[in-house]
Amino acid sequence: MKRPVAVGMILLGVSIFLLFFLNLLLGSVSVPAGQVWKILWGGEAENAIWQNIVLKSRFPQALTALVAGAGLSVAGLQMQTVFRNPLAGPSVLGVSSGSSLGVAFVVLLSGRLGGVALSRLGYMGEFAMTVAAIIGALAIMALIVWVAQKVRGNVTLLIIGVMIGYVATAIIGVLKFFSAEEDVRAYVVWGLGSFARVSGGQVMTFVIIMAVLLPLSFLLVKTLNLLLLGDGYARNLGLNIRRARLWVITCAGVLVAIVTAYCGPISFLGLAVPHLCRGIFRTSDHRILMPASLMAGASLALLCNLIARMPGFEGALPVNSVTALIGAPVVAVVLFKRRKEDTGE
Amino acid sequence: MKREETIRISGLSIGYRGKHGIKTVAEGISKVIRSGELTCLLGENGAGKSTLLRTLSGFLPPLSGEIYILGKSLNSYRERELATVIGVVLTEKTNLQNMTVAELVGMGRSPYTGFWGRLSAEDRRKVDDALDLVGIVPLRDRMVQTLSDGERQKVMIAKALAQETPVIFLDEPTAFLDYPSKVEILHLLHRLSREMGKTIFLSTHDLELALQIADQLWLMARGRGVTVGTPEDLALDGVLDTFFRRKGVAFEKQTGLYRIESEYRSAVRLSGDPVACEMVRKALRRDAIRADFDIEAPVSVHAVINPDGKPSFTVSDASQRPSVPSGEVHSVAGLLDLLSEFRS
Repeated sequence: MKRPVAVGMILLGVSIFLLFFLNLLLGSVSVPAGQVWKILWGGEAENAIWQNIVLKSRFPQALTALVAGAGLSVAGLQMQTVFRNPLAGPSVLGVSSGSSLGVAFVVLLSGRLGGVALSRLGYMGEFAMTVAAIIGALAIMALIVWVAQKVRGNVTLLIIGVMIGYVATAIIGVLKFFSAEEDVRAYVVWGLGSFARVSGGQVMTFVIIMAVLLPLSFLLVKTLNLLLLGDGYARNLGLNIRRARLWVITCAGVLVAIVTAYCGPISFLGLAVPHLCRGIFRTSDHRILMPASLMAGASLALLCNLIARMPGFEGALPVNSVTALIGAPVVAVVLFKRRKEDTGE
Repeated sequence: MKREETIRISGLSIGYRGKHGIKTVAEGISKVIRSGELTCLLGENGAGKSTLLRTLSGFLPPLSGEIYILGKSLNSYRERELATVIGVVLTEKTNLQNMTVAELVGMGRSPYTGFWGRLSAEDRRKVDDALDLVGIVPLRDRMVQTLSDGERQKVMIAKALAQETPVIFLDEPTAFLDYPSKVEILHLLHRLSREMGKTIFLSTHDLELALQIADQLWLMARGRGVTVGTPEDLALDGVLDTFFRRKGVAFEKQTGLYRIESEYRSAVRLSGDPVACEMVRKALRRDAIRADFDIEAPVSVHAVINPDGKPSFTVSDASQRPSVPSGEVHSVAGLLDLLSEFRS
C-alpha cells in the first residue's frame, strides 16, 4: 500500500502552520489566541506588552526554529546520501565543531588577550560570535572539501571528517583550560543551542540567507538520486562523481555552518528527520524526501522549541536536550512500527 | 540482425597507475567485439577481467592503446554522451532501500531526463518495455530490498535496457545465483543480443554455461594475453584444453565441455541400451572405474530398458571372481550395491 504523497505533504504543511501559531500563543505570559492572530496579521493588540512579546520575542524565535530545523534536516539528508551512511548527519564532518572552535576562539581568548571579554559586550558580542562561528565552520568545510578532492573513498572522507572534529574539540578543551570561568560559562551556554538567541535584526539576515540556500539545495535532487545507486552506476549514468560529491558536501556544509552560527550546535534533528521522512513516505526519491525533510525538520524544531518553553521550564531547558529527548523516541517508534509492518507483509 | 563491429581495441594495455609506479595487468590487446553477439570473458581470479571491463566502461583510463566504440575513441566521449552508449551491470551490491523496481529501472533513463529527473510518458513506456523484455513485470512495484539476488540482477539488466545503449557490459552477472537462475540470465542476455542487436560483453566464472551459450569467448590469463574465438574453434584448436588444464579437469572434445577427470583403477564392459549405459558409466566414474563399450574387461554389464520403462542390468564376470556376484538388478543404485566389493 503506497501512501499518497500529497496527503503527507499537506499534513506536514498544516503541522508547520499549527506549531508556528502555538509557538506564538504559548509561553509564560498568556496572550489570548484572537489577539495573537490579530497581531500576526499586522493589527494592533489591546495590550502593547502582548504586541511586544509576540512580535519581538516569540515571532523571531519561532521563525528561527522553523528555518534552522529545515536547514539542518536538508543538510542531514544530503550528508546521509552522499556518504551512503545512515549515521551521517550535520555534525559528522566536523563542520559544527568548526563553528564551536570559532566561537571558542572569540569567547575564550578575547578575555585573555584583549582584556575585555566579548561575551559581556552584549549585541556586539553576539555579532562577533556569529561571525566567528561562520568563519570557523567555513574554514573546516574548506578543509573537508579540499580533502574530498584528494581521497577517493567515502568512508575515508567520513573518518577524516570525524577526526577533524575531534581535533577541534581538543583545541576547544585547551582553550577552556586557560580561560576565565565566566567566559567558559558563556561558551557552554552557546554550546547548548538556542533558537532564542538570534535577535530582531539578525533574524531577518538569517532567514534571508536560508531562503536563498534552501532552494539552491533543491537543485541537487537528480544528483542525489543518482548517488544512491553507488559510484559505478551513477558514473555510468553520466554523473561526474567528484563534482557531484563536492557540490553536495559544500551545500550541506554551508547550511550547517549558517544554522550553527546563529543557533549554536543543534544536535539530532539533522540525523533523525531524514529517517523519519523515509519511514513516512517509504521512498528514497529525493524529489519527495527533500521537501518532506524540510517541512518535517521545521515542524520538529518548532515542536521542540515549544516544549523547551513550556510553563515550568521558563526557557530554562536547552533546545539540544529537548530535540534529543522528544525527537529520539518519536523517530524510534516510527522506525520500529515500519519495521514491524515490513516483516509482517 | 546484422553483426557489426561496435568495439575495436587496439594495442590496449590495462592496469593501475599508483604512487609506486605502474602495475600492468594485461597488455597488447587488439580485438573486436561485434553487435548481435554474446561475448563471454573467462579467466581465473586475478587474470584482470574486472580491470578490462572497468577500462572498457571508461571507469579506468587505459595505460596505453585505444578503445573505439561505434568508431569513436572512448576518451573523446563526454560523460552524458557515454551514458547513452554503454550500460553496465556491476558486481557492487547496491544497498538500496525504499525504492521500487520501476523507480530503479527508471534511473536508467536519467541520461535522457531533464534537470529534475522527471520521467516523461515516453520514459515510463520504455521502463515498462524493459521490464517486459526481462520478464519482471510482476515485480514492478516491489521494493528493491525484498528481491532475491537473481531478481535483483534482472532488475539491473532491465535498468541497462532502459538506458537504451547499444553496448552492455556485465561484470559477473551470474555470480551468487543458483544454477537455474544462471542459465536463465545467460539465455536472457543471449536473446537480447540476437533480438535487439545489442553488443553484450560479460565476464563470468561459469565455464560450462559460457561454453554452451556464448557466441564468442575471450580467454584471459595472467601474462598470456587474451585469446578470442567461438567456443567450438577454441575447442578444436586445443586452446580450451590447455587453458584450464588442471589436475582432475579434462576437456572433452566430443561434447565441448569440461569434466572431472580421474585415473581409472579398473574397467567394466558395457552393452545394451545407450542411455542406461551412459548412466552406469557416469556412476562408475565416481569410483574411478572406466565403463565403456567395446573394451576388454572381465566384468560386463548389459543394460536393457523394459517395456514398462524400468531398466534392468545384468552383471556377468568372465573370471568368476567371488568379489563380483552375477545377477540382475533394476536400478543403478542396485547395480552399485551389487558391485560394492568390486568398487572398493
